[in-house]
Amino acid sequence: MSLSNLIKNWSTLRVKRPYEDQYKDKDYKWAMVIDLDACTGCNACTTACYAENNLPVVGKEAFSKGQAMHWIRIERYWGEGDELPKFPDRGAQFLPMLCQQCESAPCEVVCPVGATHHTPDGLNSQVYNRCIGSRYCSANCPYKVRYFNWWQYPERAWPNPLEQQLNPDVTVRSKGVMEKCTFCVQRLVEAKNRARTEGRRVEDGEVTTACAQACPTSAITFGNLADSKSQVAKMWERQQVDLAKDKQEKSDENMRGYRIFEDLRTYPSIVYMERIRDLQA
Amino acid sequence: MIQATDEKDIEIERRFVPKAKDINDEIAWAQINKDVLRSMERPRLMYWVIFLASLALFGFGVYCEIYQYQNGMGAADLNNPQVWGWYIATFIFWIGMSHSGTLLSAILHIMHADWRKPIYRFAEAMTTFSLMTAGLFVLVHLGRVWEFYYVVAYPNERWAWPNFNSPLVWDATAIGTYLTSSIVFLYFGMIPDLAICRDNAKGVRKKFYWLLSLGWQGTDRQWANFRVAYLTVACFLIPLAVSVHSIVATDFAVSQQPGWHITSFPPYFVAGALYSGCAAIITLFIVLRYVFRFEEYMTMPILDKTCRLTFAIAMVWTYLNLVEYASVWYGDDPVAKQTLLFRATGDYATYWWAMNFLGSVVPFALAFKSLRNNIPVMLVVSLLLNLGMWLERFMIVTPTFAHGYYPWTWTDHWMPNWVQYGIVAGSFGWFSMLFMLFCKIFPTVSMYEVKEMVYHRFVARKARA
Repeated sequence: MSLSNLIKNWSTLRVKRPYEDQYKDKDYKWAMVIDLDACTGCNACTTACYAENNLPVVGKEAFSKGQAMHWIRIERYWGEGDELPKFPDRGAQFLPMLCQQCESAPCEVVCPVGATHHTPDGLNSQVYNRCIGSRYCSANCPYKVRYFNWWQYPERAWPNPLEQQLNPDVTVRSKGVMEKCTFCVQRLVEAKNRARTEGRRVEDGEVTTACAQACPTSAITFGNLADSKSQVAKMWERQQVDLAKDKQEKSDENMRGYRIFEDLRTYPSIVYMERIRDLQA
Repeated sequence: MIQATDEKDIEIERRFVPKAKDINDEIAWAQINKDVLRSMERPRLMYWVIFLASLALFGFGVYCEIYQYQNGMGAADLNNPQVWGWYIATFIFWIGMSHSGTLLSAILHIMHADWRKPIYRFAEAMTTFSLMTAGLFVLVHLGRVWEFYYVVAYPNERWAWPNFNSPLVWDATAIGTYLTSSIVFLYFGMIPDLAICRDNAKGVRKKFYWLLSLGWQGTDRQWANFRVAYLTVACFLIPLAVSVHSIVATDFAVSQQPGWHITSFPPYFVAGALYSGCAAIITLFIVLRYVFRFEEYMTMPILDKTCRLTFAIAMVWTYLNLVEYASVWYGDDPVAKQTLLFRATGDYATYWWAMNFLGSVVPFALAFKSLRNNIPVMLVVSLLLNLGMWLERFMIVTPTFAHGYYPWTWTDHWMPNWVQYGIVAGSFGWFSMLFMLFCKIFPTVSMYEVKEMVYHRFVARKARA
């Protein structure tokens, strides 16, 4: 963006998403479906994410201070009030929480340097080199899924020879920058490049995120929403969730698909499927 | 300028002269020069006590900042929901404090409120230094402070611009503009006085004041230009002052967190800013009056007027505070309402009630004349008011993080650790240190304007005789 562009056309700075059929003619819009009924809370997704994305293990002390770096976390809920049975009479309900890759992301507008912005394939990306660490994005994130490098983790998280197991496709972040779930963007870019050299679109199932890959119960489905034949697109369609709507109209009230905090108009890219298993389970 | 030439004019003037005289009009011009210049020579022992104490605090703050810089922001015990901590709360506090200097020097200048004349200079200096302190907090809270210039909109070869949608960019721009203008305004108003210093100084100091006074001779033409320029900068500064704190308010109002997303935030912040600034003026008034023996200039009637002004602003703030609660209470966001209840009954309830008591009840002390004229009481009250205003900022930032939209991140009893305490304390040291240095180097009482105050009466008395 040069100064002349800036003066000529202010409208390029305006956020114009989402709108109806935004990704209709596009090649890619990455999205996810998480079936809470299938989730057993085994934390395999979290572990896979740590391995794939070079997340530092912060240690007990920092963790208890709330400085953990898990891009995907398994939350446990027992429900509200005192009447409900608690552990051990009743197991927790699990909710895997990761960056919702909002179409109208609250974090993007407030970043002073534009370190977090929207990519054409519908990802909410984070540019580590540009981040100055004002943490405004985290302050404005309703899901609190952005994680800040409170310490110089590369120095302590992977003592020699553990740095050998780092994923070479992913940056190791220094202190003072914000990071968050990227939908394993390194895998997406690789798949897209491979498909482009072969002159085609990435096929459904060709690429998936580390969490979806690791999930033993296949609770996480990842795919391309712009491809109407993909599994994710079909699930969104079946659950009657429209990406560009902040209030879904459903023909059947028992339909399980929902998005978290839709009324905040963040337009998340992740649909959760409500849990219907017996509450006692 | 009024020229009282005959008996009739004097009669008219006498009718409009306020009953309580702001300063003794028997005071001679030469005496004014002498008294103010003396303040730059040998202050009371208390000056050095305050200065060294501030220096020590500042030193500790620098140590904490170095520690934090080397280890990362984790050293300050911030965590995932509590990403800002005391840094941003104190940042708002200092920005707020900077507003009253402009109120006294620019707004009251345009309104011809003469009583501001002996005290506006130090209020304007307070503006400048508290803005500098606020600017420090912007830097202190950044994770990668060495990249801070990414926020500034400057043409660059990389074609990388800041995000103009972000209130932080507006912040950086507004604070930068306001700081520059405040320094210019402070300096402009000081030029005639610097010339007096130049005429009375020796050695290196003479050279210093000679340079700063820009060849001021006090000719009619210079005075005419000076008046126009001063008024222009004053008019320029008033909208800036209002805009700066409104923009700081948009940091919160533009975001969508419960308890922040409130339309009335900009006026609420501006009122709070004027409030804490006026309270700080009372504190500094009392300190300077004692330290530099300014009893002749910083008189009780002027303190009385400042207190009354503070009381009025306190009531405006109280009203806007209630408006904020009401708009959340009757609003459509159940989570914002929960956050409000959390403030009043949750972990931070003590601070919330303390803030409301200090901000809305304690100012009633200013409504009583006997208390207004009691200097120790006013010193305590003004400090309490500022404590209340600091708590207000704390109550804006922390409880929203502790009790936001997402229940999984609800935290209880988050309080900062020694690094944050140290840096916040260090900021107070830095401010007092700069302020005390300013008082020693520059004339804290505007000599030429105090002379104007006694001038009319001097002429009137001469005509009567």
